[in-house]
Amino acid sequence: MSDVKKIKRGVDIKLVGEADKEFAPDKSVKTIAIKPVDFHGVRFKPVVKEGDEVKAGTPLLYHKDSEQVKFCSTVSGEVAQVVRGAKRRLLEIRVIADENIEYEDFGAADPNSLDREDIVEKMTASGCWPFLKQRPYNVVADPEKTPKAIFISGFDSAPLAPDMSLLMEGLEKEFQAGIDALKKLTDGKIHLGLSARETPSPVLANAKGVTITKYDGPHPAGVVGVQIAQVDPINRGETVWTVNPEHVAIIGRLFLEGKFDARIRIAVTGSEVKERKYHNTIIGAPVANFVKGNMTEGKNRIISGNVLTGTKLDDEGYLSIYERQITVIPEGEEPELFGWLLPKTDKFSISRTLPSWIQRKFGDKKYKLDTNTHGERRAFVVSGEYEQVFPFDIYPVQLLKAVITQDIERMENLGIYEVVEEDMALCEVVCTSKMPVQSILREGLDMMRKELG
Amino acid sequence: MKALHNFLEKNVKPSFEEGGKFEKLWPVYDGFETFLFVPGKTASSGAHIRDGIDLKRTMNTVIMALIPALLFGMWNVGYQHYLALGMDATFMQEFLFGAIKVLPMVVVSYGVGLGVEFLFCVVKGHQINEGYLVTGMLIPLIMPVDLPLWMLGLSAAFAVVIGKEVFGGTGMNIFNPALIARAFAFFAYPAYMSGDSVWINTSVSEGQSVVDGFSGATILGELATTGETSYSAMQAFIGTIPGSVGETSVIMILIGAGLLIFTGIGSWRIMLSALAGGATMGLIFNAVAPYAITEVQQQFMAVPFWEQLIVGGFAFGIVFMATDPVTGARTNTGKWIYGFLIGFLAIMIRVFNPAYPEGVMLAILFMNTMAPLVDHYVLQANIKRRQKRTLKTAEG
Repeated sequence: MSDVKKIKRGVDIKLVGEADKEFAPDKSVKTIAIKPVDFHGVRFKPVVKEGDEVKAGTPLLYHKDSEQVKFCSTVSGEVAQVVRGAKRRLLEIRVIADENIEYEDFGAADPNSLDREDIVEKMTASGCWPFLKQRPYNVVADPEKTPKAIFISGFDSAPLAPDMSLLMEGLEKEFQAGIDALKKLTDGKIHLGLSARETPSPVLANAKGVTITKYDGPHPAGVVGVQIAQVDPINRGETVWTVNPEHVAIIGRLFLEGKFDARIRIAVTGSEVKERKYHNTIIGAPVANFVKGNMTEGKNRIISGNVLTGTKLDDEGYLSIYERQITVIPEGEEPELFGWLLPKTDKFSISRTLPSWIQRKFGDKKYKLDTNTHGERRAFVVSGEYEQVFPFDIYPVQLLKAVITQDIERMENLGIYEVVEEDMALCEVVCTSKMPVQSILREGLDMMRKELG
Repeated sequence: MKALHNFLEKNVKPSFEEGGKFEKLWPVYDGFETFLFVPGKTASSGAHIRDGIDLKRTMNTVIMALIPALLFGMWNVGYQHYLALGMDATFMQEFLFGAIKVLPMVVVSYGVGLGVEFLFCVVKGHQINEGYLVTGMLIPLIMPVDLPLWMLGLSAAFAVVIGKEVFGGTGMNIFNPALIARAFAFFAYPAYMSGDSVWINTSVSEGQSVVDGFSGATILGELATTGETSYSAMQAFIGTIPGSVGETSVIMILIGAGLLIFTGIGSWRIMLSALAGGATMGLIFNAVAPYAITEVQQQFMAVPFWEQLIVGGFAFGIVFMATDPVTGARTNTGKWIYGFLIGFLAIMIRVFNPAYPEGVMLAILFMNTMAPLVDHYVLQANIKRRQKRTLKTAEG
């Protein structure tokens, strides 16, 4: 029997625009892009130039501080463009895809018979390594370190999140092979978190060699950081790695078939999408594949990821590597007459100052929310607000204040090692003072990383 | 609404923007524009959706919670006046009399306070914050009705400057600004802020006079001097007693408290623990009453603990002033301690020190000073817990 942990604090923001549980017809991916901006804190060195021919699994970039870690193309084809931004910052490497993908051969092998070094070698060379993220700091894992445990959240509780059962359907073998490989990377356990509220994906529930814990509660119960805090919180000096289940399957394929096969499934969601379906696609696919001609009129925001933590894309953007959904919601650029006074029902609030709470409490109200901030930035005034949606033994406002005052010791004392941006995303949503919580925390994490490494 | 916004954008805004005629007054224009329109600003980093609440809505909710106390206060001013004069008056007459007395106080409080605040923002080029919206309503409600308006205005100005702006504005102050205003008036003009003659307006026109035996003292005033009161607990609960404008009616304050707790704006932890703290002190006094030195004190201490909670400004203070999130404890555990001590000290001060018939103001101001310390220890506990965990895993 697996353990059930109750998560009390948090909130499910129910939005209009859940994806139907069916797959859209496959669309060929003409170009892909690998986006260095997805990998925070990595200093990159490109190894290809425009016009180079690559295969799936050919390195495009490597990690300057950890040279064995390669970032590879997910398709075969021709490098079309190396896009740079201000100060020559690398933004994207675009590859025009062949019709039939050719793969670099890394050699199939049973992970159970390999030792740690071989596994690290295979994963870093093939482009699978960046799927592993390291806490503290929320960066690509360092192959030199051995984590005390690896955590996988087997469900997504974010607004409009895709159903993990659909994303993982039929991937038993791949997932198990991935788990077998990961087991070699840590001396500790592989923790898999499953939902106690819904039937978990059978692929995950039947996996062997993992320690399963079930979580019962609202979002952020499905956020891996919350699960770490419940099971085995990160102490000073410790390292924990996290990885998404769909990426475990890609790692598994590397060992089963010897190739970097980055096909994934995503959900296209949001109130402004006309045909909301699941799609079979590939990491780095252009967002136009899913939303072009599939959005309502008017100004919309395309988000790679969910509304809490995703990144804003323009309609020529590319899917971010760690995301499993695309969300399209309306922009909210209209000023609103007495918007702070009127008892509107179309806004979400965890306070009961808006009448929409009645529908939320007693009905199954689904909101069609836009991107308006509903107010301006202020100093911290209200207290006790973040605590309602932040299921950690951490004082969130005090931690942020420590970051703002750049007090390294205090940040450490107040538990900055235990959190990353996504853990505090709901705090940002509910903030009366409209604080940019996630970017403040990121600053703090960067500061700590720079000072302490 | 769109037309109005376009008109502002086109014809008014440019003269306040950089290079415009009134560019120095930009914070004032900005304040008015954002009062009319919630800006069409979209989330640029982090989460793409945001809660519908902002500081304006928060402050507005508190003001709405104060309305019952304000309206009752207006009526009670009139009621007490006609009662003192021994005249019969209709409900409307009483209410109108009170409104004529109280509304100017509200206007002066807002006028002076916001004026000073605007001035500061213009000089410093800051955005205007919403903080004063609640303070401006609180100030007239915690003053006696007969306080001259210029004193009220001066107190409001003092509250904004010394209570808030010197610390950096809304969100940074360490004392509740409204209580700073009251404390200022209390110590600067004690004759207008305490005693028996300020709580009821007894202005008489020709042919009118105050009835025989009229005292005008508040319940606490009576208790402190004689140990007895001429008012019943029911009267104190309903609020038909003399006192500061908004503090008398426990029922109306409870309605406000209900709204604050229900909406989640006011901290129920602070209110509940303050109530518990007051009750605890009241019970202790009840127990030790026979040992008090003077007879008056013996009687004062023997007042049933629950009666202590419904007289004076206690209810108003713990509902509307102690719950100020900026000056109170910010951690949930801290709130329990903070609230409890406010209640405890408020009753202690009022009984022990007859010079300050109402202890709640000083209790809250004192705990405002102590709130960061309370939070500090709560945080230390958290830090210790974390360090212990680290040590344990390091050893094990």
